[in-house]
Formats: sequence, C-alpha cells, structure tokens
Amino acid sequence: MAVPQLLVHDRKDTVGVVVIEGLKKGTDMLCVVTHDNSSFKLKSKMDVPIGHKVALTDIKKGDTIWKYGQDIGVAKAKIGKGEHVHVHNVKTKRW
Amino acid sequence: MAKKSKKNGKAIAKKNGHSDLTFLGWRRKNGRVGVRNHVIILPLDDLSNSACEAVANNIKGTMALPHAYGRLQFGEDLDLHFRTLIGTGANPNVAAVVVIGIEDGWTKRVVDGIAKTGKPVTGFGIEGHGDIATIAKASYVAKQYVQMASELQREECDIADLWVSTKCGESDTTTGLASCPTVGNMYDKLIPRGIYGVFGETSEITGAEHLAKARAINKKIGEKWYKVWKSYQDDVIEAHKTDDLSDSQPTKGNIAGGLTTIEEKALGNLEKIGRECKYIDVLAPAEAPRKGKGLYYMDTSSAAAECVTLMAAAGYAVHTFPTGQGNVIGNPIVPVIKISGNPKTMRTMGEHIDVDVSGILRRDMTIPQAGDALIDMIVRTANGRLTAAEALGHREYVMTKLYRSA
Repeated sequence: MAVPQLLVHDRKDTVGVVVIEGLKKGTDMLCVVTHDNSSFKLKSKMDVPIGHKVALTDIKKGDTIWKYGQDIGVAKAKIGKGEHVHVHNVKTKRW
Repeated sequence: MAKKSKKNGKAIAKKNGHSDLTFLGWRRKNGRVGVRNHVIILPLDDLSNSACEAVANNIKGTMALPHAYGRLQFGEDLDLHFRTLIGTGANPNVAAVVVIGIEDGWTKRVVDGIAKTGKPVTGFGIEGHGDIATIAKASYVAKQYVQMASELQREECDIADLWVSTKCGESDTTTGLASCPTVGNMYDKLIPRGIYGVFGETSEITGAEHLAKARAINKKIGEKWYKVWKSYQDDVIEAHKTDDLSDSQPTKGNIAGGLTTIEEKALGNLEKIGRECKYIDVLAPAEAPRKGKGLYYMDTSSAAAECVTLMAAAGYAVHTFPTGQGNVIGNPIVPVIKISGNPKTMRTMGEHIDVDVSGILRRDMTIPQAGDALIDMIVRTANGRLTAAEALGHREYVMTKLYRSA
C-alpha cells in the first residue's frame, strides 16, 4: 500500500490526522481509514504539521467534532473541508 | 529500526507462538519475581536525602531514592506516603533496602512494612547520632547487602510471573494511532497468559469515561471505577480550577503534537487497554492488587513520574510507556520501556525510544506486529537489556501528595 498522508480512525469521523512531516497546501492526500482499511482522496487547503488534524468535511460553528467515532469537542468557528482543525477552532465540551 | 523491531517481534512470536514465553528473573522469598536486583537506600523524608545519597556514593552498586516529602503529613496523605515507600522497598526488583529517616519511629514503620516480604532491610534514625555516624553505620550494612545481592542468580520464569504496568506521556495524535494500540495489543495477548497489568490516569479518562466504565469486568467494578472518576471531577477539578484546564489538560506538548481537547486525548489514552481486556478491580494509589492475575485500574495522576512511581510501589516490575512528542521519563527501580509511533520524534530524539512503531503510520507495520515487537522488547528488558531511560540515567521518583502538610 502507498504511504498515506492522512489517517482516519473511524468512518464516522469528521477529522483525520496528518502522518507525514512537511505536508503542503494543495497536496492531494491519500487518506486511509484504519478501522476498515478503506481509502479516499482529499486536497489539503493549508500547510499542516505532522500529528495535526484536517477537516474531512465542511464543519459549521457549533458542530460536534468526531474522531475514534466519538465526540471530541465542538467547533467554535466555521471550518472548511481540507482545513487545519485545532485549538484555534475547536474546544472541549468538558472544561 | 522499525524494520528490525518488526523482524524481532515476528521472530519471537513465531518461536514462542505466545505459548511458552519465559524470561530470566530473580524469584524473591515472597514468590514475586523481579527483573532487576537493586539495593536501594531509601529516605523516609526529605531531610534524610543527603545521608542516603552519601551512603549510595560510598557503596558502589547501591542507589539512593531522594524525594521531597515525609514530614508533618497526616491522614490519607500520610498513609499514601507510607504505602509508596513500603511498596517501593517491597517491589521484587529490589533485593535489599537500607532506610534512613530523621527519627526512629516512622523509619521503623517503613522497615517493618518492607520486612514482611522476607527481604533484608535495616533502618537508621539520624537524631541523636548526626549524619556522619548514621552514614557510616548505614554504609556497613549497605555493603553487606550489595555483596549478598550480587550473588543472587536469575532463574527461568514463565511470562505469567511478570507484572507489567502502563501509562503514556507527552501524547499526541500518533499515540492514539500507534503506540497506545501497541500496548493494548500486548495486553490482549499477555493478560490471557496470566500476567498482571495496570492502567490509570484518572483525569485523562475524561471524555472516554463511558467507554472506560464499560470495560470493567462487571457492573459493580464499573460503578466503583465511576465513583473514583467522578470524585476526582468534583473534589479536585471543580474545587480547584480557576478558569478551565485547557492549558493543563491537554498539555502544551500535547497541543504542539496536534491534540486539541481532553476528550481526544482520553480516547487515545484508552487505546492502551486493547480490545479484549476487562479490568477486574480499582486500586487506590500505590495499592497492591489482590484479586489475582488480570488487568487493574489504579487511581493516579496523569503526571508521568508520579504515576509510574505509584505503579512501581504496587509491585509492577516492568513499565510500558507510549509517547508521541517524546517524554524522557525513567524510574529508579522499574525499567520503563518507551514506545513511539511519531517519525519526527524518532528522528529528533530517538535515543529515548525502545520500540519504534512509526511503521504503523506508514502502513508497513500492523498493530499486531507492533504488539509482538513490544512483547519481544518486554522479554529482552526483563532478561536484563537496559532500557533507553536506564542507559540515560533517568530515575524519576516522585511522591503523590494529596494535600498540604500540617
């Protein structure tokens, strides 16, 4: 299998994790869902560091963010498909 | 490196088929098996650190375990202090112990607790003698102990005699994808073989508490777990937080590594218990397990050195430590095996990592293969291979303090 740029835990997830160093804006990423080994393509809209997340779909302010098929927090701003998802646009629901 | 680990993992899995895994350890008088043979010089309190360090300097092959507390503690906090000290001395990786305290009373309490294992232990109080005379007396005993320990032989033991703890640190998104599931796969394979396991980190289950509760062996233990988790939320977080914990949990290192929320961190953390294991009891900090072989939960902080110290005090002999951004922790008496799946961490600070599972991110290593590579490294470490942390001299020994001393 070709080396993926993005790994996604679960089909339900709305974010994936960049798994290579130096990912550039405009990369046509190979994305693999680890749960079932399925794959798809997605264009990155920004340079995103390794380990950081990318939106798999357009996300509205107030939407729940899904990873591991679970709720990991809420969007505090609109996030476009292919954009960087992190503390600047997502917050915990816990504290 | 990844390729090599993979090959070793495969080799041992093929050779043993996980059916006859053995290691060479020291069987102690109480039946427990250690993988190290330390003679430790254990201070009762902060004031006795200097004398302990002087003894360890005099007598080669012994090790002092300085720490910050032990005076004017009371109640549950004092009980935990004693449990941690006694548990450290009782750990099967320790062959013999010299205890030094500022006074005789509490020193004797630690000595008596450790003596129940049947291993050699002697205590010295400083008051009425001074440091110099105490150091001299303690040094004579430490010399006898280290010579005695140096003649003890390893013997072949079944993997079921091994107690393996886990806690992750400097986590990032790669720990949830690679290194934590590697530990989980190891537990799924070795818990059925009869080992004792333990995981903890109460604050870091927040966001995955519904999943953690459901992994208890039965409803009663699940409720016991939930009570511990809820009590931390109410009595510690709600009582002490000033705004929110977003700057502490996740940590700055976690955030740099891509983790955004506590929920995301917790879900990655819980990958360490695999797919099949159920925990059979919930332990207080540093409490030894009493229900036989299997996986346990321990109520601990998520701070690495505090947590590993507590698990070592409960009797665990090898620690598995997944890290993403590169936590450098070690422990004085327990070998801490570090596992990382982050290729950047392997490139920039690979000298701290024992098992490289970055192949999981490249999809050229599966999680079961990574689990085998970890089992291989656990056996090699138990047999005597020094971990990265041991070779680099990491000996973090940190008491958990429940509240301010009197």
